[in-house]
Amino acid sequence: MKDIYTLFRHSLAGLRMLVAMTVLLGVAYPLAVTGIAQVAFPWQANGSLVTATGEHTEDADEAVGSARLGQVVDDDALFQNRPSAAGDGYDPLNSYGTNLGPNDPDLVASIIELEAQVAEREGVDPADVPPDAVTSSASGLDPDISVAYADLQAPRVAEANGLTEDQVRDLVDEHTTGRTWGVLGEPHVNVLELNIAVRQLAGS
Amino acid sequence: MSDVAPALGQIAVLVAALAVAVPFLGRYLAHVYTSEKHLAVERASYRLLRVDPDADQHWKTYTMSVLGLSLVGILGLYAFGRLQEHLPLSLGFGALPADGAWNTAVSFVTNTNWQWYSGEAALGHLMQMSGLTVQNFVSAAVGMAVAAAFARALARNLAGGRVGNFWADLVRGVVRVLLPISVVAAVLFVAFGMVQNLLEPQAVHTLTGGSQAITGGPVASQEAIKELGTNGGGFYNANAAHPFENPTPFTDVLEIFLLLVIPFAMAWAFGIIVGDRRQGGAILAVMALLWGVSVALLTWAEMAGPGLAPSAAGGAMEGKEVRFGEAASALFAASTTGTSTGSVNAMHDSLTAPGGGVAMFNMMLGEVAPGGVGSGLYGMLMLAIVTVFLCGLMVGRTPEYLGKKIGQREIVLVALYVLATPVLVLTGIAIAITAHDGLAGLQESGPHGLSEALYAVTSAANNNGSAFGGLTSGTPFWNTLLGVLMLLGRFLPMVLVLALAGRFATQRHSPRGAGTLPTHTPLFVALLSGVALVVVGLTYVPVLALGPIVESLS
Repeated sequence: MKDIYTLFRHSLAGLRMLVAMTVLLGVAYPLAVTGIAQVAFPWQANGSLVTATGEHTEDADEAVGSARLGQVVDDDALFQNRPSAAGDGYDPLNSYGTNLGPNDPDLVASIIELEAQVAEREGVDPADVPPDAVTSSASGLDPDISVAYADLQAPRVAEANGLTEDQVRDLVDEHTTGRTWGVLGEPHVNVLELNIAVRQLAGS
Repeated sequence: MSDVAPALGQIAVLVAALAVAVPFLGRYLAHVYTSEKHLAVERASYRLLRVDPDADQHWKTYTMSVLGLSLVGILGLYAFGRLQEHLPLSLGFGALPADGAWNTAVSFVTNTNWQWYSGEAALGHLMQMSGLTVQNFVSAAVGMAVAAAFARALARNLAGGRVGNFWADLVRGVVRVLLPISVVAAVLFVAFGMVQNLLEPQAVHTLTGGSQAITGGPVASQEAIKELGTNGGGFYNANAAHPFENPTPFTDVLEIFLLLVIPFAMAWAFGIIVGDRRQGGAILAVMALLWGVSVALLTWAEMAGPGLAPSAAGGAMEGKEVRFGEAASALFAASTTGTSTGSVNAMHDSLTAPGGGVAMFNMMLGEVAPGGVGSGLYGMLMLAIVTVFLCGLMVGRTPEYLGKKIGQREIVLVALYVLATPVLVLTGIAIAITAHDGLAGLQESGPHGLSEALYAVTSAANNNGSAFGGLTSGTPFWNTLLGVLMLLGRFLPMVLVLALAGRFATQRHSPRGAGTLPTHTPLFVALLSGVALVVVGLTYVPVLALGPIVESLS
C-alpha cells in the first residue's frame, strides 16, 4: 500500500513534468523549427515543389509534383520510374515497400515478368535490365532511378520526342547526382526533373 | 550497384565524424550528470514544478520517480490517441482503437517506437508533435538518466544507496543535451530537403496529368530527436526511407551519426564519471567492435545479394532506395538495430537472409552495440559484470568491478537482468506461433514467416522498434502482445539496474588486489565481446536456426 501511495505521489510530480515538457518539446520546439524553416528554407520546408517548367514553387496549384517524390509517369515517351508498392503506385498517403522476403516466389515471379516487360519496351535483352528497374523501392516514392536504368531508356525517349540520343544523354548527365563527397550514397537520376527537361527540349 | 571503395569510404566518413564528436560529447555528458550547479532556467522550472532537484534520492525513490513519470506518460499518450478526433490539426483522422492506442502509448514511452499504424494515414500533426515527439525526448532522457545514476553509483563510496536526483537528470538531459542538438539537426535537415510545415496533404496535378497528394507535417523536428534519442518512430509509414524523412545521402549519414553519437559518448562519459577514462574506453571498444563486425557482415550480405529474388534482379534492390543503394542501406540497418533505434532507410523484411539475420542478432545482443541512449551503456555494464564474475570463478576470488564486490545479491540482480529479455522474446515467439491470431498476421510462410514473427517479438522486447514489415501487426492480438513485451522489456531491466546501482552505492570501494581482474585491457575487451556473443548465442541459436539460418542455407 505504501509503495502504491509513493508511486502516486511521484506520478503527480511526473504529471507536472509531463505538462511542462509538452509545452517545451511538443509545442515550442516544433513551432520554432517550423518558423526558422519557413523563413530560411521555405521551398524545402513546403515539399520541394516544381512547376512544369522546372521552376521552384511553394504553391501546389502551380506545381506538377515534388522534386523529392517519384510519381506515376503515364506517358511512354518519358523516362519511367521504378515499380512502386505505395498504394496504386507513388501514393504518398500509403508510403511503403512490398516487404516481400528475399526468396518469396511471388517476388521472384514479378521480377522475371518485369524484366521481360522492360526489355521489350526498351528493345534490349532481359539480362541488361538493371536491378532498380524491376524492384520496388522501400518508400514506394523513390524519386530516382540508377544511371544504368536512365541510359537504358535514353534511346526510346529520344526517338519518341524527336531528339537525338546525345541530346537525351546530356540531359541525363545534367540530372545525375553523383555520390556526395565521392563516397556517400549512390549516383542517382531524378526522374521528374529529367522528364521536365525532356519535355522542354522537345517542345522548344 | 554499390562499389566496395565508396562503401568503405562512407563508413570511414561516419567513423571519422564519430571519432571527433564522441570525446567532446562524452566529456560534456559527464559534466551534465555530475555538476552541482543548475542553469537559471532549470532552477525556475524546478520551482514552478515543485520538485526538489538537490535531494540525493535513494535508489528506490529514484525508481519511483522513473516509474511515476512513465506511468503518466503512458496514460497521457493513450488519452491523446483515443481523443484524437477532437483535437486540432487531426487532419480528419479518428480516434485510435483501444489496442492500438495502448500499443503506441507503451511503444513511445519505452523508447521502442514500434508502429502498427501508418503515420500518414492515421495520425494528425498534433498527435505527432505534441504526443509522440515529446516522448521521443522524454524516453531518451529517462534512459540516459538511469545510465548516469548507475555510473555515479559505481563511483560513490558508502553513499547509503543514494544514486542522485532523477528530476535533475531528466531535465538536464533534455535541456542541455537533446534539445540543442535537435534544433541544429532539424534545421540542417530542412536545408537538405526535409519538410517542416503544418499543412494538410495538398493535391498537385502531375506532369502526365495524374493527381498526387503532397503530404506535409512537422517532419524535420521529429526526425532529429527520433534519431538522436534512438527512438526510431517514423513520421511516415516508410520511416527514413521516405524521401521527405531522408532526402539525400548526406541526410542519411547525418541520421546514422545522430543515432550512434550519444550511445558511444555515454561510454566515454562513463569513464570520466568513474574516474578512469580507460574503463570507458574499454566499454566503448567492445561496442565499436560489435558494431563494426555487424556493419561488415550486413554490408557484405546486401552487396553480394544471395537469395532467389536478388539473383533474379541482379542485385538486392527490393525495398531499397536508389539514392542510398545497398551499402548505405546496410550501414543504416546495422546501426539502427545495434542501437535501439529501429528507424529504417530500407525495408528489413526484404533484406537478404543473412542481412536480416544480422539485424535480428544485433537486437538479440540486448541493444548494447552501442545500444540505446543510456540503455546501451547499462546493458553493456551488466555484461561486463557477468564477465568479471565468470573470470572470478575461474581463479577462485570474489569478483569485483571498479572496486565494487560482486557478491551473491549483486550477481542475482545481474542474472535476472540478463535473463529478462530472452525470456520475454522466447515466451513471446512461443505465444505468437501457437496462436491462430498470431499466425494470421504473417505475410510469408516457412522460415521467413517465422523470421517475421521472431523479428517482431525481438524488436519489441529489446525496445528497438524496427520490423519485418510484411507482418500485419495492427490487430488486437499483436498490439496487445507487443505492448506487454515492450513494457516489461523496458522497465524490468531498468528496475534491476537501479537496484544494483543501490547496492553499489551502499558499498565501500575495496582497494585493488593482486587477484583483481583489470577491466581496461585488450584482454578484457576480448573477454567481454566473447561473453556478449556467447550469452546471446546460447539463448537464441535454436530459434535463429529455424528462421534466418535455415533461410540463408536454403
